[in-house]
Amino acid sequence: MTKNTRTGTDSSQKNRLLDIQDLSIEYRTKRGRLQAVHKASLRVDAGESVAIIGESGCGKTTLATSIVRMLPLNARISHGRILYRRSDDEQTRLDTASERELRTIRWSDIVMMFQTSQSSFNPVARIRTQFLDTAQAHEPNSDPQEILQRSKKLLELVYLDGEAILQAYPHELSGGMKQRTMIALALLLQPKLVILDEPTTALDLITQKKILELLNSLRETLGFSMIFITHDLGIVTQLADRVVTMYAGSVVEDAPSRSFFTSPRHPYSKGLLHAIPKLDAEFEELYSIPGNTPDLVEKIEGCLFAPRCEFALGMCRTTIPSLDEVEQGRKVACHVFGINGKSDKTSSSGGNA
Amino acid sequence: MTTPLVEITDLTKVFHQRKTGDVAILRGIDLTIEAGETVCVVGESGCGKTTFGKILAGLHDYSGGSFKYGGKEVATLSKTDWKPFRRSVQMIHQNPYESLNPTKMVFDMLAAPLRHHKKIKDFTTLYHETVKLLEMVGLTPVEDFIDKYPGNLSGGQRQRVSIARVLAMDPQFIVVDEATSMIDTSMRISLLTTLKRIQQELHVAYLYITHDLALGRYFAWGHRIAVMYLGKIIELGPTSDLIGDPCHPYTKAILSAARLETDSPYELNNIDIPSFTNICTGCSLSPRCPQVMPGICDVTEPQLRDIGNNRKVACHLYAQDDHNGEASYGK
Repeated sequence: MTKNTRTGTDSSQKNRLLDIQDLSIEYRTKRGRLQAVHKASLRVDAGESVAIIGESGCGKTTLATSIVRMLPLNARISHGRILYRRSDDEQTRLDTASERELRTIRWSDIVMMFQTSQSSFNPVARIRTQFLDTAQAHEPNSDPQEILQRSKKLLELVYLDGEAILQAYPHELSGGMKQRTMIALALLLQPKLVILDEPTTALDLITQKKILELLNSLRETLGFSMIFITHDLGIVTQLADRVVTMYAGSVVEDAPSRSFFTSPRHPYSKGLLHAIPKLDAEFEELYSIPGNTPDLVEKIEGCLFAPRCEFALGMCRTTIPSLDEVEQGRKVACHVFGINGKSDKTSSSGGNA
Repeated sequence: MTTPLVEITDLTKVFHQRKTGDVAILRGIDLTIEAGETVCVVGESGCGKTTFGKILAGLHDYSGGSFKYGGKEVATLSKTDWKPFRRSVQMIHQNPYESLNPTKMVFDMLAAPLRHHKKIKDFTTLYHETVKLLEMVGLTPVEDFIDKYPGNLSGGQRQRVSIARVLAMDPQFIVVDEATSMIDTSMRISLLTTLKRIQQELHVAYLYITHDLALGRYFAWGHRIAVMYLGKIIELGPTSDLIGDPCHPYTKAILSAARLETDSPYELNNIDIPSFTNICTGCSLSPRCPQVMPGICDVTEPQLRDIGNNRKVACHLYAQDDHNGEASYGK
């Protein structure tokens, strides 16, 4: 079932490409229901680049995968909706869209590159076949020569020898080359949204930097939006306009990249930023956030971070804080540092953290 | 002069392959490690750093050169000498989800080596020793962990069990292979802090293998860093000097990439690493090096030589005779 809704011509709405509202996703497991994503909201404007950061198991991959509805079979969207603006006056609900409609959206509108995208290629087919297949699945009447021309151009955009790559088999390419070929393939149908799950984990430093530069310049020339998932904050500074921090399935902070790094608000973001060694800063002893991430099968009252939080108040253990706007373009879900928090009093104690 | 704990000279490792012929993964490594010291080995994937770590841990043999541990050549250790070497050198593996036996309780995992190597039979002593180990690695309260299976533990806790298991052998030298790469960011530091504390308490030496320069800098602060490229150490020096003022073009390039420099980045010409099967003559970096000197770099291979201040570099730019020329190149 699809629902195409007409919405008002609010200017801020018009620019919004993707709007995830209060999305909850559960996994059915042997031990019971695992709440992988809990009432998460995320919006992406046209041309914007959003980073989702968080630790393993915080639900960031689940959230991103739900956009293209490629969740594992034991997952279920239990609450909320995902709105995607296909054109100016047509909004599609991705969470309820039919498989048939999704097929037209995937790859031509929204592309997701999974974490092990280097092994996403078919090992027994030449790269050219895979480019052709992808394009023809969406544009059955297109001219193969034209597709190959376009592929070659894209491959050259990612600093590869187009002709040679198209003739090659995946195993003939190195990890970095495969990653770049994958990027070219992702951009073949001019998508509006590109989702990258850990785009550079398997790559060397030098290759990683090249790919980041590449993504930035491609975004400028082709004008797509980007969501990328990472736990490497160095990448975030390079690539993101906005940073969304997730903890145990919830979005705890949503902030512009610059202010996130200079003044993180949520205690978890603070702890995370403090726990990362830097190359150039004065040497100092670093501290980890004490404790462990919660078990998401168990029902936990209140803020999920409270057991590890040094600022936790009584109410943190009973009430879940909502994600509220604390200043322009910045949302925090915290009783202490959020909208209702006594930020004057607490910011001084936060300084000692 | 006392003998260093580990003394490696011109170490090579060749893997025989039926189709492509022999592939030399380590191509002449020189390194000495003193007791209680940390040497951090950084390099990109496929540069041979894990192979190097495994040879030092006694898990691989080596093809040439010499590896002396406590003054004795490892390849020719007698059976009676081999056992103490095995106990004294330990390795912490990269992936704690694969390196622990899922069917064994934490207690059993720690007790097995104690039973086998220390011949402790008595249960009370065994329990006591195990508790001591768990306290050492910070798995407290011990009662919460001693009867757990790996499946009940998080990545960080598992890695702590690996450390405890290694410490059961009173090692002198521990090879730590990317031990934190699978651990959540917020737990990493506490694991490294534990390793540092153990070093101070037990005076063990570490070979810390990583590709994360900032993490290596943090862990080996006050110690030394070695940079590997295509099976060779190309730069070696005190951590703060090497990170703050790199000499070798390759070190400069990876540091520039790690800092994500955008204004005037130091870049290599080609981003893909050549494969081990066709390494060029001369300096192996010469096809990618922005400061390459034709006629020198592509002809003779530079040796790792002292450039003062406890630093060593394998680069023709720092050869004695054209040391002045370097100043104009230097960035």
